[in-house]
Amino acid sequence: MRALLRGVRWYLREIGGSARWDAYLASCAEHGHAPVSRGEFERARADARAGSPGARCC
Amino acid sequence: MSSRIPTQDHPGAARPPRSRTRSIVVWTLVALVGATAWTVLALSRGESVNALWVLFAALASYAIAYRFYARFITYRVLRADDARATPAERLHNGVDFEVTDRRVLFGHHFAAIAGAGPLVGPVLAAQMGYLPGTIWIVVGVVFAGAVQDLTILFFSMRRDGKSLGQMVREEIGLVGGIAALIAVFAIMIIILAVLALIVVNALAESPWGVFSIALTIPIALFMGVYLRYLRPGRVLEATGIGVVLLLAAIVGGGYVEQLGLAADLTLSKETLVLALVVYGFVASVLPVWLLLTPRDYLSTFMKIGVIVLLAASLLVARPVLANEAVTSFAREGNGPVFAGSLFPFVFITIACGALSGFHALIASGTTPKMVAKERQVRLIGYGGMLMESFVAISALIAASVIDQGIYFAMNSPAGATGGDAAGAAQFVTGLGFPTSPETLTAAAAAVEEPSLVSRTGGAPALALGISQVFHSAFGGGLQAFWYHFAIMFEALFILTAVDAGTRVGRFMLQDTVGNVWKKFGDLSWRPGNLLASAAVVAAWGYFLYVGVTDPLGGINQLFPLFGIANQLLAAIALTLATTLLIKHGRLRYAWVTGVPLAWDLVTTMTASYQKVFSDNPAIGYFAQRARYADALDAGQLLAPAKAPDEMQQIVTNSTVNGVLQSVFAVLVLVVVANAAVVVVRAVRAGSLPTTEVPAVASQLVEPAGLFASAGEKAAVAAAGSSGTGSAAEVRR
Repeated sequence: MRALLRGVRWYLREIGGSARWDAYLASCAEHGHAPVSRGEFERARADARAGSPGARCC
Repeated sequence: MSSRIPTQDHPGAARPPRSRTRSIVVWTLVALVGATAWTVLALSRGESVNALWVLFAALASYAIAYRFYARFITYRVLRADDARATPAERLHNGVDFEVTDRRVLFGHHFAAIAGAGPLVGPVLAAQMGYLPGTIWIVVGVVFAGAVQDLTILFFSMRRDGKSLGQMVREEIGLVGGIAALIAVFAIMIIILAVLALIVVNALAESPWGVFSIALTIPIALFMGVYLRYLRPGRVLEATGIGVVLLLAAIVGGGYVEQLGLAADLTLSKETLVLALVVYGFVASVLPVWLLLTPRDYLSTFMKIGVIVLLAASLLVARPVLANEAVTSFAREGNGPVFAGSLFPFVFITIACGALSGFHALIASGTTPKMVAKERQVRLIGYGGMLMESFVAISALIAASVIDQGIYFAMNSPAGATGGDAAGAAQFVTGLGFPTSPETLTAAAAAVEEPSLVSRTGGAPALALGISQVFHSAFGGGLQAFWYHFAIMFEALFILTAVDAGTRVGRFMLQDTVGNVWKKFGDLSWRPGNLLASAAVVAAWGYFLYVGVTDPLGGINQLFPLFGIANQLLAAIALTLATTLLIKHGRLRYAWVTGVPLAWDLVTTMTASYQKVFSDNPAIGYFAQRARYADALDAGQLLAPAKAPDEMQQIVTNSTVNGVLQSVFAVLVLVVVANAAVVVVRAVRAGSLPTTEVPAVASQLVEPAGLFASAGEKAAVAAAGSSGTGSAAEVRR
């Protein structure tokens, strides 16, 4: 049961994008960069991806 | 150095005997359940059959196909190799190339491939009985649809995520490539028009529906601003708020009468067409984060929620099928929902859920750039399509539990039913499904709609089926809520598809025209964006308007075109996969994609031939044209036309549809012919060079399947502790 809850929490963090933010913070720490704010990070990412919206099937 | 998972070269070889015995026992049981369920379905005639038999037959077949056939294709035919780095690993840029956990990518990919298609096709095909649809959905997905998705995903992944059109051009030839490009664009326009038509038919004269769907726009805008400025990146939070608001909008729709909005929100089909065209244009030029992305989150979560809810409620309600196994329309081809007999038209009507060419665009789009390990294509490509097939089976069940009189009253065009309960009851009773005007009025009242007569397009019939299943599973007198909930959920992702599709169409157009007019190809040039968007919207808007005003019924006329177009796109994708297998020197395995290709070509070419050359005006577009043109010249009116301009409309529409149908078929034949030349050369030479990217050793260690095996867990743990932490990105 504990494992299941942990799995659900992990999945939600992965699809919700928190995991990606944490990974960014970790990589900044590793390379000694100062991270940008969460807002700047998410906006840059969203704008970079806007060029390939991806079709949605029927 | 690449870390290899010890058991991956000879799967199963290193397993201890006990787990092997257990595996044999488990799979024998699964096979027995499947065989029993299929036997029950095959032998039941004229008695009541429980829907769960359909469900179990499908699930057992999927499990066996995934375990054995998908594994065979991935390991033996494609020779997916986890020692090779995927584009996500090699080209990682944090934007489109990104190593993504297989379970997360499965969700992304499924959300992109599954929309209204698997819900609508099976509902329309239910006019032929539940059995033809069930067999085609299951057999089709196992041997054709999932195979297409898997192989295209794999080949695109081996080419750094190249698109279908690009691969056809580079691997088959320039002529084939151009034909494929035109076909893809044209098919997309038709798909968008038909999807929009389904929404229009579901919302026309339904103030409740219009109220809740209209509110999705401000809800999505709010979420967009929330995610960009208020609480950046908190996707789950924003989606949670969005879903609550959405449910409130559905409940609120029940009070349109009391709010005094009922008259203003009772919109005609023509008004809705205009609204959709304006929406499509504005949505496709707005920034993605404002409307498209938040709407996508909403529709994805709603989609998964409804599918889980539907599966659970089927298990609780255990409904009995009201539909016959095979109706007389299957043999005689004179059904009111769409014309034509079982072969080839069931295989055209049910595209998504069994075999859908459109998936090849997604499997060669964003997904291949995110796969972590090569062998995960089995889970994502094959598994994702099995999941969509399961949605199609659920939709087929939902449509088959409705009383058949009501089903045919809803799905027959207004020209046949006269558009009112009395006319519909008479028409449907005449078909051999006795019903009364009172039954039809009562069914409409139960879901608080003014009328259910001739609500074609499949969405209303599905919503009625779903509302009945939910109602009997959960009780509580909420049938009207569930009906509008289902309508909302279909409309939501159709609008997402329209929005995204228009944008993709715009990019394709700008890219193509950009070859001759450089400036137009610049995606940041505003006038170019507006012009290209307007062109794409105008194209699908035209077909949408034609469909809405067609006296013969737009779904009746356009849905076959949509289905054939989708299956022809599948023919292009399977041709590419077969050509590539042969070019790679794997002729002995070419049947894996070659057999479904042959089947798909036989059905689509037969259907195209009949739609173009049949002398039955109900089937052949040109026979229909001739019939109405002759009558028009003679000064006569033929039903259902009520005026000479309606006669003219039928003549024009059948001509356009017939020409388009022929063009699609010819384009596909061009690709196939071009491929045949390449195949002959490849067979003579034994193999030919391809554009596959050379192998680079992978540093990643990750399980291949949904669940990690003991060997894989150990390998992941070993990679994590062996001090290669900086090189090996270790995941659970």
